[in-house]
Amino acid sequence: MGENLEKTPLHALHLELGARMVPFAGYEMPVQYPTGVMKEHLHTRTAAGLFDVSHMGQLLLEGDNAALDLERLVPQSICGLGDRRQRYAFFTNEDGGILDDLMVARRADGDLFLVVNAACKAADIAHLRRHLGATTVIEITDRALLALQGPAAETALSRIVPVESMAFMESTVFPSDFGNLWVSRSGYTGEDGFEISVACDRAEDFARALLEMPEVEPIGLGARDSLRLEAGLCLYGNDIDASTDPVQADLGWAIQKARRKGGDREGKFPGDSVILRKLADAADDADKRRVGIRPDGRGPMREGVQLFENEADDTPVGTITSGAFGPSVDHPISMGYVPARLAHPGTRIWGEVRGKRQPAEIVRLPFRPATYKR
Amino acid sequence: MIKFTEDHEWLSLDGDIVTVGITDHAQEQLGDIVFVELPEVGTQVSKGDEVVVIESVKAASDIVAPLDGEIVEINEGIIDVPGKVNEDAEGAAWFFKVKIDDESQLDEYMDETAYKDLIA
Repeated sequence: MGENLEKTPLHALHLELGARMVPFAGYEMPVQYPTGVMKEHLHTRTAAGLFDVSHMGQLLLEGDNAALDLERLVPQSICGLGDRRQRYAFFTNEDGGILDDLMVARRADGDLFLVVNAACKAADIAHLRRHLGATTVIEITDRALLALQGPAAETALSRIVPVESMAFMESTVFPSDFGNLWVSRSGYTGEDGFEISVACDRAEDFARALLEMPEVEPIGLGARDSLRLEAGLCLYGNDIDASTDPVQADLGWAIQKARRKGGDREGKFPGDSVILRKLADAADDADKRRVGIRPDGRGPMREGVQLFENEADDTPVGTITSGAFGPSVDHPISMGYVPARLAHPGTRIWGEVRGKRQPAEIVRLPFRPATYKR
Repeated sequence: MIKFTEDHEWLSLDGDIVTVGITDHAQEQLGDIVFVELPEVGTQVSKGDEVVVIESVKAASDIVAPLDGEIVEINEGIIDVPGKVNEDAEGAAWFFKVKIDDESQLDEYMDETAYKDLIA
């Protein structure tokens, strides 16, 4: 493994647990444990999985106008975010493209807590500092980030801190035996669960306390990917990037009324004219759309597979951006982009796998309904 | 006689029929196998042809024909239940049988001791 890779505070624990480590976004991360991707995936769906997501960026925005300032970079309503509430958001560019997706929480002390993708972390911080005016951007480097996901996550974590009463997308700070835990009821698996920020020097003890519980197993990046794909969630860099706008990415639901045409704080974010026009107008049939795709056969259609409207067509109409086998749905699953006119569920399409055209169908996302605690 | 290739295939010779599968080491490296595509019976294959596609939860891999010959039988059972390859790679989860003209084709491959050294 490259010497220049960063390690998370749980690195030694991963090795002790027998993880296979891989380079990911500049970090040496566990892709799987001896249990294997399939069983790790299924364990998360039936009990609880513990994920190390410490490679992700944790930021605090401090200042009286932090929410209003952040709204200049994202199309979400941040001013409308209630106390201890969290929301999915994305940074956009002048063309409406997505620079990164992130979580934003409003803490009880008024600060905004942001979790951003590892690969985009440095660019995001620079972007925030350039545009946020008087709001201070603090990169938190002394805290690890863990995710505990699955139907037994509440049972497990409530032995340490009282999370039973938390609602989905609530964010709270709890004192604990492991110092203050910044807990949000959220995740990226389609399961109920929590994301927990814990001081680096307490992270391993905290992880061990969870792993000692009968419900909890460690889960690697391999299963994290198949879990999020079954849940229809985007992976930045694959399914969304600077060349996809929120309408193309079918993420319009994440743009609140207050920021849309006629809203209280309409527009005034990068790419607002493109995005707001597309949200207000009828869909352009030629514009691309992110869709779910289910291959007819048992063979997965993975990232990069080209899509064709008819079996014998020469010119592709789209591309798969994520593809895998879905252990819980027991069939291959993919996401990709097709022209909007082909985006309706039930539309037949062809993917070219190893030189052969294979039939598939456009399907509604997610592949597996989420089980969030509303 | 059992031989092993550097591509982690095992070859078992019985008369002029060679049964081909992947080694236990290979299935472990591939991870959970979710899809197997086998050649058609009757296909003439040449050494080096990509004849099998294996998809695991991680990635797709090709298996090449280790010998020249004719595919005479395939293991339909692993098409229906690809996970069998993870459970019994060097036994019931063989991939295909190939009829060969020239037994000396196997000479270049490793015996079990040499293969064990390779993966050690």
